[in-house]
Amino acid sequence: MSIAIFLSQILNGLQYGLLLFLIASGLTLIFGVLGVINLAHGSLFMIGAYVAFLVVKASGSLWLALPACVVVGLALGALLERFLFRYFYNREHLDQVLLTFALILIFEELRSLLVGNDFHSVPVPAALDFSVPITAGFSYAAYRLVVIGVCLALAAALFWWIERTKMGAIVRAAAEKPEMVDVLGIDARRVHMTVFAVGAALALAAGGLAAPLTSVYPNMGDGLLIVSFVVVVIGGFGSVSGAFWAALLVGLIDTLGKAYGSAFSGAAAGGLGAALPAMSIYMVMILVLVLRPSGLFGGRS
Amino acid sequence: MEKHNRSLVTRRALMTSALGGAAALTASAVPSSWAIAQAKPLKVGLMLPYSGTYAKLGENITYAIELHVAEKGGTLGGRAIEFVKLDDESKPEIAQQNAERLVKRDNVDVLIGTVHSGVQMGIHKVVRESGTLTIVANAGNNEITRSLCAKNVFRTSFTNWQPAYSMGLALAKKGVKTAAFVTWDYTAGQEMGAAFKEGLEKGGGRFAQLLTLSFPDTNFQPILAQIPSLGVDAVGAFFAGGGAIQFVKEYAAAQIKAPLCGPGFLTEGTLGAQGAAADGIETALHYGDGLDNPKNIAFLEAFKAKAGREADVYAVHGYDAAQLLAIGLEAAGGAIDDEAKLYAAMRGARIDSPRGPISISASQNVVQNIYLRKVEGGKNKVVGVAAEALADPGTGCKLG
Repeated sequence: MSIAIFLSQILNGLQYGLLLFLIASGLTLIFGVLGVINLAHGSLFMIGAYVAFLVVKASGSLWLALPACVVVGLALGALLERFLFRYFYNREHLDQVLLTFALILIFEELRSLLVGNDFHSVPVPAALDFSVPITAGFSYAAYRLVVIGVCLALAAALFWWIERTKMGAIVRAAAEKPEMVDVLGIDARRVHMTVFAVGAALALAAGGLAAPLTSVYPNMGDGLLIVSFVVVVIGGFGSVSGAFWAALLVGLIDTLGKAYGSAFSGAAAGGLGAALPAMSIYMVMILVLVLRPSGLFGGRS
Repeated sequence: MEKHNRSLVTRRALMTSALGGAAALTASAVPSSWAIAQAKPLKVGLMLPYSGTYAKLGENITYAIELHVAEKGGTLGGRAIEFVKLDDESKPEIAQQNAERLVKRDNVDVLIGTVHSGVQMGIHKVVRESGTLTIVANAGNNEITRSLCAKNVFRTSFTNWQPAYSMGLALAKKGVKTAAFVTWDYTAGQEMGAAFKEGLEKGGGRFAQLLTLSFPDTNFQPILAQIPSLGVDAVGAFFAGGGAIQFVKEYAAAQIKAPLCGPGFLTEGTLGAQGAAADGIETALHYGDGLDNPKNIAFLEAFKAKAGREADVYAVHGYDAAQLLAIGLEAAGGAIDDEAKLYAAMRGARIDSPRGPISISASQNVVQNIYLRKVEGGKNKVVGVAAEALADPGTGCKLG
C-alpha cells in the first residue's frame, strides 16, 4: 500500500473519529456531571438524522437542518432532564439503565409511527455534490471534508464553553467534585439541565451531519452507541478532552484495522474474516481498563 | 368463599353440558372422519415479520399468498384456508419458540416461513422434527436445501448461491478478467462471496480478493480506499437495506473506475434512496422490472389492486409459495396427511411464475432463471439472462 493510500486512510479515521467525538462528548458529560449512563444517546443520534431528513424534505436545505438539530436537541434534552432524569439521580444505576432502555424503545416506536420503517436518503447540498480526488482512482466526497470542518468547529465551541465560561467551570467542577458545587451554593438543577441539553444537542447534531453520509434508517444509532461507550471508557468518564483524543484514537484504530487487517484476513477468507479488525478497539479498551482503569485522561477513578 | 364455590360448580356444569352437546353434535351430524377432514379448514401458519425493518417484506409476502388463495376461490384442493399469522419480529432468539407455538399450540397444517435466515433456522429445527409441511418464502441460507434439507421443506425464493454465482458467471462471460467482492462478514455475505467467486472462475475469470467488514458496520471508507490498488476490472458487492443504500452512494462518490455489480439485493427496494448513484449498476436476480410475460403483467395488476402498492420480488416469493401449495393440495385432494401424493406433486411442480417458468430441484429449492438487470431511471430493468433454469447444486442433500 502506498503512502497516498495510507494518508487517505488517516483522513478516513479522523473523519470517523470526529463524528464519534460528537456523540461520546455528550455521553461523557452526562455521565460525569449527572452520573447517568444514557443508553438512549444512540436514539438521540437517530432522532437528529430524522430531523435532518424531515427538514431537508420540507425546505430542501441541509444548512437549515443542522441548526434545527441543535435547537431540537437542546429542547428535547432540557425536557427529558426536567421531567424524567431529574427523578432518577438518586436511584440505583439499574433503574437509570431501565429508564434509558425504555426511552430507546419509545423513541424507536415513535419513529416508526411518525416516519415509518423505510430507508430514506438525505441529499448532499448541490454546491457540495462533487468529489475531490485523493489518490489515483479514489476520490473523497466534498461533503465529508465539510463534516470534518463542522465537527472541528463544534468541538472548538464545546471546549471554549467548558474551559472559558463560568458555566463551563461549574460543569468541570461538577464532574470532578460534585459535592463542591453544592457547598458553593450553585443551583445544581440548572447545571444538570444545561449539561443534558448540550449533550443531547451534540448527539442530534452528529445525527444530522451524518444523515447524508449514512442515509437514515431504524435503529441507526445502535452500533455507534457501543463504539461511543468504548470512547468514553478509553478517554475516562467525565473527561471531554479525554473523549476527544480517545475518539480520534478509536477512529484511527478502527479504520486502519479495517484497511490493513482485512488484507490479511481477507486472503484467508473463512478464517477470522472481519472479526480481528472489528475486535481491535475492544482490545484497546481492555488494555486501558487493565493499565489505567480511570481511562487515559480520567482524573478520578 | 361461598361465592367462589358457587361459580366453580356453575363452571363445571357448563363444561359438562357443553362437552356433552359437542359430542352429541359430532355423533349425529357428521357421518365419517373423511367428511371431518373435508369440512375443517386447512390451517396455514404464516410466520413472517410484521414489525421492524422487514415488516414491508412480510406484508408483501402475505398479500401475495392471500391473493393466490383468493384467485382459487378461497379453497385449495377443496379445503377452505384459515390463516394463522404470527409476527416473528425477525428475532432469531425467539424463532424456535414461535415456530413451536404455531405447530404445537395452533396445530397448523402448513407453515410458510420467513425473511430472516436466522429465524428460518429456528423454524427449520422445529419442522424437521414435527414433519409439518413448510415452504420458505424468502430466507436464502444455502443449508436449508443442502446439508439440512428435509422432505417436508420446500423453498420458492432462492439460495444465496443462485444470484451471486450467476453474477460472477455473467461478469466472466462479458470478458471481465479479475474482480473483487465486498460484503458483511456473516452467513449470507460469506455464501454470496464464495458463490460469486465460483461463478467468476467457472467463466474463466480470476477472483482477486474478498473484502469484508463486520455486520452491520457501515464505515465503508477504509474498504473503498483499498479497491483502486487491487487493479480489478469489476467489483461485486452484497449489502441490503440501509447498508446497500450507503455503500452504493459512497462507491459512486469515491469515483472508483471499476464498475460495481452484485446479487440483485444491492439495488432492490433501495433505488429511490440511492438515486443517481445507482445508475448503470448491473445486478443478477430471479426477478426484475419490465419482465414481459403475461403472468407477470397480470400479477402486477392484481397485486396492486389488492395491496394498494407495487409488487416486488418478495411478493413473487409469496405468490409462488401459495401456487406450490395449491398444486400439492390439489393432487392430494385436500388431504394434507397423504404425504406420498402431496410431496410427489410438489416435487414435480411446473409453475408459471411472474418471474418466468420455475420448478423444484431434487433438494426442493426453486429452479429458476437468473436475470441480468441494469439500473436505468430508477428501475432494475431486465437486460438479459445471466443463467437459465439454474438449480442450486444442493450439495449434501440426500433427498430424491
